[in-house]
Amino acid sequence: MTATVHTSAALALGDDALVLSHRLGEWAGLAPVLEEEVALANIALDLLGQARVLLSMVGNEDELAYLREERAFRNLQLVEQPNGDFAHTIARQLYFSTYQRLLYGRLAEVQGEFAGLAAKAVKEVAYHQDHAEQWTLRLGDGTDLSHERMSRACESLWRFTGEMFLPLEGVDVDWTGMKDAWLESVSDVLHRATLEVPQGPQSGAWTAGAGRQGLHTESFGRMLAEMQHLHRSHPGATW
Amino acid sequence: MVTTTALEEELRRLAGSVPDPELPVLTLEELGVLRAVHARGTDTVEVELTPTYTGCPAIEAMSLDIERVLHSHGVRDVVVRTVLAPAWSTDDITDEGRRKLREFGIAPPRRHREASGPVDVRLGPTRTAAEAPHAEDEPVRCPHCGSSETELLSRFSSTACKALRRCLDCREPFDHFKEL
Repeated sequence: MTATVHTSAALALGDDALVLSHRLGEWAGLAPVLEEEVALANIALDLLGQARVLLSMVGNEDELAYLREERAFRNLQLVEQPNGDFAHTIARQLYFSTYQRLLYGRLAEVQGEFAGLAAKAVKEVAYHQDHAEQWTLRLGDGTDLSHERMSRACESLWRFTGEMFLPLEGVDVDWTGMKDAWLESVSDVLHRATLEVPQGPQSGAWTAGAGRQGLHTESFGRMLAEMQHLHRSHPGATW
Repeated sequence: MVTTTALEEELRRLAGSVPDPELPVLTLEELGVLRAVHARGTDTVEVELTPTYTGCPAIEAMSLDIERVLHSHGVRDVVVRTVLAPAWSTDDITDEGRRKLREFGIAPPRRHREASGPVDVRLGPTRTAAEAPHAEDEPVRCPHCGSSETELLSRFSSTACKALRRCLDCREPFDHFKEL
C-alpha cells in the first residue's frame, strides 16, 4: 500500500483533520450548552480518527502530530483559524464540512489509496455538515444579534475558502466542479438562513494556497505549542 | 478460493462472543464488526476487525479483548488487523443485536432502503415525521414505551454512534443508535 500513497496529499488531508479536531477540542468545557459540548467533541473525535488513518499512511502518527514544526504542516489556513465566538466555529464547520463531504464523496468513487477511508468518513461527515447547517439556519434566521454575528463570521472566514480548491497532487478529482458544487451548497444554506453570500475574494494576496505550502497564520503557532508541549516535554513517556 | 475450516469457525465463535466495551449487552458478532478469522499455521490466528466510526476509541479495547480470549483458549499468537473497507454500516447489526439494544434502552438504528452509500441527512424540523430517508415508513420508537412520537434533541450523544432523542409521550430522553 505504501508504494502507491501520495504522501503530500495524505499529509494535507490528515493535517486538515488533525488541526480542526484540536480546534474543536478547545470547546470542551466552554460550549454554550451541554449537547453542543458533546456534539463538538464527537465531531472532533471523528476527525481525529480520520487524521490517524491519513497520517499513518505517511509515517508515525505521533511523530507527525507532535514533533513537526509549524512550517511542516500542510493544513488549510481555514481549519487553523481560532474558534472565535460560536458563530465563527459554525461558519468554519459549514465551509469545511461541505468541502470535506464533497471531496470524500469523490475520493470514495475513484480507485485509489484514499477510497477506503473516504467511503467510511463521508458518512460521518454527512452528520457534521448537517450539524453546521442546522446551526447556520438557527443563528442566521434567529435574533438580530445572532444574525449579525453569524453574518460577521461568514464574512471573516470567506477569504480562507479559496485555498480548499487548489489541486492536490495525486488526488484525481475535478476541482473546478467541486468548487462550483461547494458554492452552490453553501449559498443555498446561507440563503435559507437569510444570510448574504460573501462577495469578497475567496483568498487574499498572501493567503492563496499558503497553508498547503506550510505558511500559516499567527495563531497556529500558539495552537501547536499547546498541542505539542506535553509530548515534547516528556519525550517517550507512556501512561 | 477461501474456505473456512472447523477450527476457524470455532475461533470466530470465540472472538465474536467478546462483548463490546461500550455497549456490553452486544457481542462483537452482533455489532457486525468482526470481519474474518484466519488460522495461519498451527500457532497464529489473524483477526480482521472494522471500526464503527473511524475514530472509535473502543477498537483498541476490542482488539485486546479478542487477544485475551484467544490466548486463554491456547492460541499463542493473535494478530488483530483493522480494516476500513467495506465500510461498516448499522445494517451490519444483527436482529438479535437490535433486540438487545432496545432492551437496554437504546433505540436501534433503522435499516437503510439501499444497502450501501452515504447517509442522506436532510434538513427539516426535528420531529420524526420530517426525517428522511427512513422515517416515512419507520419512525424512531421510544425504547421505553414504544411510542413513535419522538423528537431529536441532538445529533450527537454520549458516543459518536448515538443521537439523543426524547419521547413526546412518556417524556423520557433516550439514545438512538443513529444510522450510518
